[in-house]
Amino acid sequence: MNKEGQIRIPSGCAISGIFSRSGSRFDGERIIKSISTMHDRSNGLGGGFAGYGIYPDYKDYYAFHIFYDSTAAKEECEKLLDRRFDIINLSKIPTRKTNRITDEPLIWRYFVTPLPTKLSESQLDEDEFTTRCVIHINTKVPGAYVFSSGKNMGVFKAVGFPEDVGYFYRLEDYEGHCWTAHGRYPTNTPGWWGGAHPFALRDFSIVHNGEISSYDTNRRYIEMFGYRCTLLTDTEVITYIVDFLLRKRGLTLEETAQVIAAPFWSTIEKKPPEEQEILTYLRNTFSSLLITGPFSVLLGFSGGIMALNDRLKLRSMVIGEKDDMVYLASEECAIRVIAPELDRFWSPKGGEPAIFTLNGGENHAD
Amino acid sequence: MQIDYFYPEYEVVRNKEKCTRCGLCVSQCSNHVHSYSEEHRRMITDDAKCVNCHRCVCVCPVGALKITGSNHQFKHNANWSRRTIMEIYSQAETGGVLLSSMGNPKDMPVYWDKILINASQVTNPSIDPLREPMETKVFLGSKPASIERDENGRIRNNLPPHIALDVPILFSAMSYGSISLNAHASLVHAAVDLGTCYNSGEGGLHDDFYRYSANTIIQVASGRFGVHKEYLEAGAAIEIKMGQGAKPGIGGHLPGNKIVGEISKTRMIPEGSDAISPAPHHDIYSIEDLRQLVYSLKEATGYKKPIIVKVAAVHNIASIASGIARSGADIIALDGFRGGTGAAPTRIRDNVGIPIELALASVDERLRQEGIRGNVSLIAGGSIRNSADVVKALALGADAVYIATGALVALGCHLCRGCHSGTCNWGIATQDPALVSRLDPEEGRRRLVNLVSAWTHEIKEMMGGMGINSIEALTGNRLMLRGVGLNAKELEVLGIMHAGE
Ligand code: SF4
Ligand code: SF4
Repeated sequence: MNKEGQIRIPSGCAISGIFSRSGSRFDGERIIKSISTMHDRSNGLGGGFAGYGIYPDYKDYYAFHIFYDSTAAKEECEKLLDRRFDIINLSKIPTRKTNRITDEPLIWRYFVTPLPTKLSESQLDEDEFTTRCVIHINTKVPGAYVFSSGKNMGVFKAVGFPEDVGYFYRLEDYEGHCWTAHGRYPTNTPGWWGGAHPFALRDFSIVHNGEISSYDTNRRYIEMFGYRCTLLTDTEVITYIVDFLLRKRGLTLEETAQVIAAPFWSTIEKKPPEEQEILTYLRNTFSSLLITGPFSVLLGFSGGIMALNDRLKLRSMVIGEKDDMVYLASEECAIRVIAPELDRFWSPKGGEPAIFTLNGGENHAD
Repeated sequence: MQIDYFYPEYEVVRNKEKCTRCGLCVSQCSNHVHSYSEEHRRMITDDAKCVNCHRCVCVCPVGALKITGSNHQFKHNANWSRRTIMEIYSQAETGGVLLSSMGNPKDMPVYWDKILINASQVTNPSIDPLREPMETKVFLGSKPASIERDENGRIRNNLPPHIALDVPILFSAMSYGSISLNAHASLVHAAVDLGTCYNSGEGGLHDDFYRYSANTIIQVASGRFGVHKEYLEAGAAIEIKMGQGAKPGIGGHLPGNKIVGEISKTRMIPEGSDAISPAPHHDIYSIEDLRQLVYSLKEATGYKKPIIVKVAAVHNIASIASGIARSGADIIALDGFRGGTGAAPTRIRDNVGIPIELALASVDERLRQEGIRGNVSLIAGGSIRNSADVVKALALGADAVYIATGALVALGCHLCRGCHSGTCNWGIATQDPALVSRLDPEEGRRRLVNLVSAWTHEIKEMMGGMGINSIEALTGNRLMLRGVGLNAKELEVLGIMHAGE
């Protein structure tokens, strides 16, 4: 059977997110509780979490989480890391045995920073240098897979139901100001851990529910800019698109949403001329990055979280607010189970981004 | 005895019971097949002159006529076909180059027919175009490489010039001269109604059509006929014709007998002189020369119009296109070897060039590999026959398609392939005023609008089935295609998987 990346596997899903605008930190138990309420939306073939603010002691270093199939892969990858980065700390990621999570690969964590000489030689900025290195490992080092590479954040994922994945990774031991979670319902799967979600690139992490129909248009365009879609999943291509638009093209989060879930022409026509011009400009310039078909995504980034639905809202997504806390999920029950009383509860319109940032933070993801 | 006598290829069959001897077929057939013999008080047909254009069949008020293939034949020979033998007789007699019209009729692979389109089931909903918006608007032109902002952080509109179309289908170049004024009028008016563009072709632009500039692409070919400053200003875009799919590597030839009246004026050449477009542009012997022509045209028009470079699909097309994409051109039009023509040497039409499907796939892929796909839009032409071909072309990587033969068929063309004779019975490929008047431009406009609207409906249905509600998400979406009965190399070039994979 083909591994993820050799074939494209459609999936249904559940997603959930919790965000503290004041930046107060809380452990992973609540997000596990939230996602496990939607147990029926997953089928045990993939679950995962992303936590932000979880590595305050190492916040200036890239935290690489890596799966290895073998010690040989680990050796080869570490040699490569050694040549390009200063490794500040390395350890196995602590896990707990459970009979519901099996066949685990070797799971390692490294806090790294690019070697100054290598960085200046490359004439790239730190982020681009790191991105290229991650893509290089994932495409060129057999048996090694970097599944998390941001600063002061980390992704934890596995083949299994999300609640079991959370238990396995001991998420109660981590505290963050933002958590997202994903339960996957792939139609079939070779059971590869790298294929579980969230998908992350540096500090961007995406959980997504849907199956986009624009996949190959998006993939073939974004691959022109150095990205390599090795997993053939929607989440992967959406992450690259977001990274490209926000970081490489300098768009704001709103503008990014206007590209990937662009308003219909009939809507644009009703806008004032100035806005029309910009919306038309974005649709024309980035026509190949329009995403069609059903999706609901939660984009986590260092300063906040963005929720976005496809333009027809073909996938459910609701948001609740209580004091400084924001809850986002595929279903209302996943919010009410952890926050029964809410100040505000709503369902964002298709194509309209809901953006939440740390108090005093900017609407910029970079 | 005549060595090359061959019992006619077609027989005109008249049902004597039905025929009222009204004589309409006599006046309608410009090839003088039909006549009435007073002496014998009966209709006579000269089958040998019939080109099988169906004009008489369609006009006969009592339905008394049909054209059938005669079953007269040479001894069967898979290698020496009737056509091959007849061509030898003809050349042995005249010593001349064989001429033909319309697209390559030979039994060559039509890849469109070996490609299938996807649809959603269960995991992803299809979208009903009757209930949800289904967008077909496309922009053709180069995309900006970076975002610029003004001092207030607002995005500056740094888009290079482009054309905006309501549908991804344009009418491709057919010169005034090769087709009639009424055919041109039908095309231009239909383009206006449809929110798309037609193409003047290389013969200049008739005075009547200068006012439709928003829907006109004007062409500059190697003969430079009819090219002057106002002409360049008269289009929404300018197309440099480097080649044509039906006759790659050679120029054009409009015989002097067609250079009459308005045509001579429009082309800016004397009446009766042959209009010969040289094979190359004599100022373009290399890619850097192309760049100069692109920029001279941009200079001449104040950088307000996108420049299209039209090239025939030939073996090395991917590299050629990549050179063009770096030459300042905004759009590349690729013309496949099945594309039509008003006249071309038969050997060239039938043997030179490659299929558009393969050319398009390899060009789109190469431009992406080089990271320059955003420099240009791609238009694919050279036998797009129906809406499914359009969808497949877009999914392979085209931003829009050119149609011409299909548009002429909508106007009445019956693909008799006799365009070079100048006696088109349907008023299309002719300058004979009596024949031209048979084509009513208003009726032509209506039929073209109907055709493209019908295709657009079908495209929307297919898009909806795939769960795509905007045409830009179809462009380059090769995962939506599968091949049937194609070998591994063909699939590799097309960049698609085989059905069942
Ligand atoms: S050439 Fe056309 S009009 Fe004349 S007889 Fe043949 S089919 Fe009829
Ligand atoms: S345009 Fe006229 S002459 Fe040419 S193929 Fe069509 S019907 Fe025949």
